[in-house]
Amino acid sequence: MGAANELLQQVASGTATGCIYALVALGFILIFKATEVVNFAQGDLMMVGAFLGLTFVDTMHLPYWLGALLAIAVMAGFGALLNIVLLRPLAGQGIFAVIMVTLGLSILLRVGASVIWGPETVRFDSPFSRKVVHLGGVVLSQEHVAIIVTTVALVAALFLFFRFSRIGIAMQASSENALAAYYMGIPVKSVHTLTWALGAGIAAIAGIMLAPVAFVHVNMGFLGLKAFPAAVLGGFGSIPGAIVGGIIIGIVESLAVLYLPEGFNNVAAYVLLLLVLMIRPQGLFGVAARRKV
Amino acid sequence: MRFAMNTSYRDYQRLFPHRGALLSYAALAALLLLLPLGAGGYLLTQATFVFINGTVALGLMLLVGYTGLISLGHAAFFAVGAYAAAVLEVHGVPFVAALVTAGALTGIIGIAIGLPALRMRGIYLAMATLAFAFIVDEVIVRWSSVTRGNRGIMVPDATVLGVKLDSGTHIYYIALVVFALVLLALVNIVRSRTGRAFAAIRDSEIAAASMGINVAIFKTMAFALSATATGLAGAVYAHKLGYISPEQFDITLSIEFLIMVIIGGLGSIHGAVFGAIFVVVLPQLIILAKPFLPHVIAEQPILDAAAFGVLVILFVMFEPSGLNGYWTRTKAWFDLFPFYRPSAFKRDKIGVADLVRH
Repeated sequence: MGAANELLQQVASGTATGCIYALVALGFILIFKATEVVNFAQGDLMMVGAFLGLTFVDTMHLPYWLGALLAIAVMAGFGALLNIVLLRPLAGQGIFAVIMVTLGLSILLRVGASVIWGPETVRFDSPFSRKVVHLGGVVLSQEHVAIIVTTVALVAALFLFFRFSRIGIAMQASSENALAAYYMGIPVKSVHTLTWALGAGIAAIAGIMLAPVAFVHVNMGFLGLKAFPAAVLGGFGSIPGAIVGGIIIGIVESLAVLYLPEGFNNVAAYVLLLLVLMIRPQGLFGVAARRKV
Repeated sequence: MRFAMNTSYRDYQRLFPHRGALLSYAALAALLLLLPLGAGGYLLTQATFVFINGTVALGLMLLVGYTGLISLGHAAFFAVGAYAAAVLEVHGVPFVAALVTAGALTGIIGIAIGLPALRMRGIYLAMATLAFAFIVDEVIVRWSSVTRGNRGIMVPDATVLGVKLDSGTHIYYIALVVFALVLLALVNIVRSRTGRAFAAIRDSEIAAASMGINVAIFKTMAFALSATATGLAGAVYAHKLGYISPEQFDITLSIEFLIMVIIGGLGSIHGAVFGAIFVVVLPQLIILAKPFLPHVIAEQPILDAAAFGVLVILFVMFEPSGLNGYWTRTKAWFDLFPFYRPSAFKRDKIGVADLVRH
């Protein structure tokens, strides 16, 4: 395989990994924009989603698509519940309180998952497993293609949702200015709950897509920490930014495997994060915001 | 009943508000100094860990509780301190010099991390410090010519003036001295002009700047001081364990440090100490309680993590002033007896938040 082909190959698989980062970052950004909650448990929601999918499909022998849909629905409900029980009572407290609660939640989700599903690493096959697609000279596994296609479809659906549906517009309004939205008669409380449901549902999609590629285990949520560099890179608060940021991080990481000494691929995302924060803190697409006293 | 009548600002600045406080702190100090005479190895080891954690908690409290900056990367400062001391001593540097160098080095790294922090707040800072911690961890693993990578380092015994300090009692005293020095420094910083500048930045950066506080310098200083304390604690920790390796200093340790100051109670030195005691005592209590727990629960290997997760959520939601809140109220109950009223400690919260909540 030529050098150019190898490069293309790495870019392609980096894009697929990047799409996972992007999906986690997307859920994270949605929740942050709407409710100003920084959800450090987003990666762990993804992990729980993957385990649920595994349970429905492999243990309960439901058809793959039904099982996946069910897992996404259950996670959405769980997300809504989290907002009502855990986050809503915290409204108005500082960012630090929220960070600590979501960090605590992420510990609890990991503990809970290892109690329910055990600490073993499990394989979760999808209908795309062990098949490949030839694109020019590049060989891609169908799983990677599925990830990319799902991400594109999801982003398109979200775009339409926020642009044209009443509830999507209400979500945008309450993330712009909760008080003004409240005065306009938008049920901000329910909108927040719905946003959490959406965020957790997207996390579940990411988990189910990632599962065949990376196996399912209790600590797979740590991958979610790579979603923060993605979100910051994209300007922290912009949805297209999160997608582009995630894909950039994925590609940079897989190119680091190819061209940089061993170990760099583990920290490439974080080096990139620090560089962006130092040079352009508002991210690639963001506008500098100023908070009043 | 006792009533401290403060008539000037100086009254608030006093180290000991009244003679009783002076006496009780003196008694506590004497007790800690004499502890090795009466206590066995187990108790001494736990006390040593309280001092090590306490030193970290004091450093983190200065940063989080007093200056209002978040750090998810304190495990990295801890690691740098531990590794700096270990590597220097392996190469024959005397213990005290290695300890001081470890503190100074982490302080300098703290400045380096504090500089980008000048432009960041809240969540951005949390992520930058998180990224920093991951990078430090990777550097320790990969720079194996110095750090011996994943194999870890055996830490030589501390030697002061030719005397080998290798027993548990010696390390207890080392930890106690380092903790006491950091405590003294922090108490004095907090009640000085510098400490008030930190608090002003925490409460409102713009207001602080418009009152003439150089926000950049004080934020960097907070990071440097906090990192130094954590680095010193790391150096002591390396000696307590005798062996260090990269996986001891991962992200969960950073989170545990934060949990410590949250449960202790933000913005109070008492809180830092309570938090340190708490994170050392709780796992021991869990071990003691295991025989009495239902089998299903007792068998879980990560009971500690679960307990910390639940507790940090409960404290943030229901007792944001932490253990220190209980302490303050209990003290007030005795000081104000028979006039204590719980409503004196009620917090007022009115704002957009209430609209959303109700």
